[in-house]
Amino acid sequence: MNIEDFPMLKEDLIYLDNGATTLKPQCVIDKITEYYTKYSANAHRGDYDISFKVDQEYEKAREIVRNFIHAKYKEEVVFTSGTTESLNMIANGFFGKFLEPNDEILITQSEHASNVLPWFRLSMKLGVVVKYIPLDEHHYVTLENVKKSITPNTKVISLASITNVIGDERPIKEICEFAHKNNIFVVMDGAQSVPHRKTDVQDLDVDFLAFSGHKMCGPTGIGILYGKKELLEEMEPQNVGGGMNESFDSPNEVYLKDLPTRLEAGTPNIAGAIGLGEAIKYLESIGMDKIEDYEKKLRAYAISKLICIPHLDILNIESDSGIISFNVTDVFSQDVAYYLNKYKICVRAGNHCAKILKKETGVQNSLRVSLYFYNTESDIDNLVELLNNKEKIVEGML
Amino acid sequence: MESREVIMNHYTSSPYKKSKNLDKSYQKVTTQSDSCIDHLDIFVKIEEDKIVDACFEGEACAIATSSCSILLDNCINKDLNEVKDFIKNFENMIYEYPYNEEELHETAVFKEIVKQGNRKSCAYLPYKGLKKILDKKL
Repeated sequence: MNIEDFPMLKEDLIYLDNGATTLKPQCVIDKITEYYTKYSANAHRGDYDISFKVDQEYEKAREIVRNFIHAKYKEEVVFTSGTTESLNMIANGFFGKFLEPNDEILITQSEHASNVLPWFRLSMKLGVVVKYIPLDEHHYVTLENVKKSITPNTKVISLASITNVIGDERPIKEICEFAHKNNIFVVMDGAQSVPHRKTDVQDLDVDFLAFSGHKMCGPTGIGILYGKKELLEEMEPQNVGGGMNESFDSPNEVYLKDLPTRLEAGTPNIAGAIGLGEAIKYLESIGMDKIEDYEKKLRAYAISKLICIPHLDILNIESDSGIISFNVTDVFSQDVAYYLNKYKICVRAGNHCAKILKKETGVQNSLRVSLYFYNTESDIDNLVELLNNKEKIVEGML
Repeated sequence: MESREVIMNHYTSSPYKKSKNLDKSYQKVTTQSDSCIDHLDIFVKIEEDKIVDACFEGEACAIATSSCSILLDNCINKDLNEVKDFIKNFENMIYEYPYNEEELHETAVFKEIVKQGNRKSCAYLPYKGLKKILDKKL
């Protein structure tokens, strides 16, 4: 649906790599262009009209994000460069401050690199221990397995709400309820879920949430760090410098601004933030429930067709999201992706930044189709037709 | 033999795929693409400035895998300086600088690759790896 809103889809292109990034609707492109052509000033310089306008638009975008994720306070919404930066800030700026040797961090083997490496680094720096919650036979996280994995040393559970290869949805709300009873913090990597369904941080009761703008029709280079206000107050800024300080005279006399500005050092990504605000307005105009429902139906349609192809090995026949990972028997995934590219079908081949997942699935690399609301049954039909004939794949892979 | 057949033969049944445990006399280099998932480990045994044996393993596409096999085929029993020149000539072909057609040998099957930007790096990947070993030696 809404294909007409996307200039990229006016080209002869079938874009099925939405887990990597999404296409941009005209309204987002226009909003960014408007900033660069009509009021291209810096933020926090309200001495003249166009800068005042920047502050207004920038803060309006923050309010749009707050409302979208149902955060309580605007101060809980920090603009970052994306999920990766947000997760690094959470790991280093918050947990780096108070975790002690032998404290335990629980993740899983199906996390994206951005929810693994910051914890690995913390482990090397502080002597904390990174442990994995076992996945069930479908590579899902169950509350039961979370319960079995915690010890008196567990301090953090950090999970993707939807994973980027299997596409399973985790029971975050139930995990938070259980974790909080045991004084454990919960970090949610929302990169693959926030663009595709309603997010309510208060209802979920997550302590921190990270997500990216470009995976939800927004610009690249902008993302969000959400944290409960009392926790963000404790967060050490990773970057210090312009914009975030109140005054300084000497190394021991540095005074910082309040949240969220304290965590946004330097000139912010103004166009990015404003563009993200517009993208969210656009998604809300369609309706997040409608988006989720449409994607689920489209996935079911795709699976019903793909499952009939005997030389396909689908990793996640069951899944809660629009992600389908599979391999063509005996053909390297990248060669299949190259073949599909000849027909202007964009899919991703690889380990999708989930490099420890192979221990769990036994599959090193795969092709990933990741859907969004602008994909259609006709896109799937085209894909299926090209995958149906294995000889044609082998013929076309060079 | 047509280029396609040469590439597919080296891809599906390369004689240089690592098949046994190697002793410490082999040097290993890992070469990984920045833009895709190709990953190759190349093992080389050098004696008196000569490559006397080599093999590879890893997960990579048809182009990167066959390119590695063909490269090793052309390097075994060659003097390191000769190998260096061979690599340079291939590099020139891939990046569209003047090169010696005759000295390409079987690697000429990748001549069409230069027209496919996204596969250039696949064909060049094993060369990037072997170069790392030579740079240390020469």
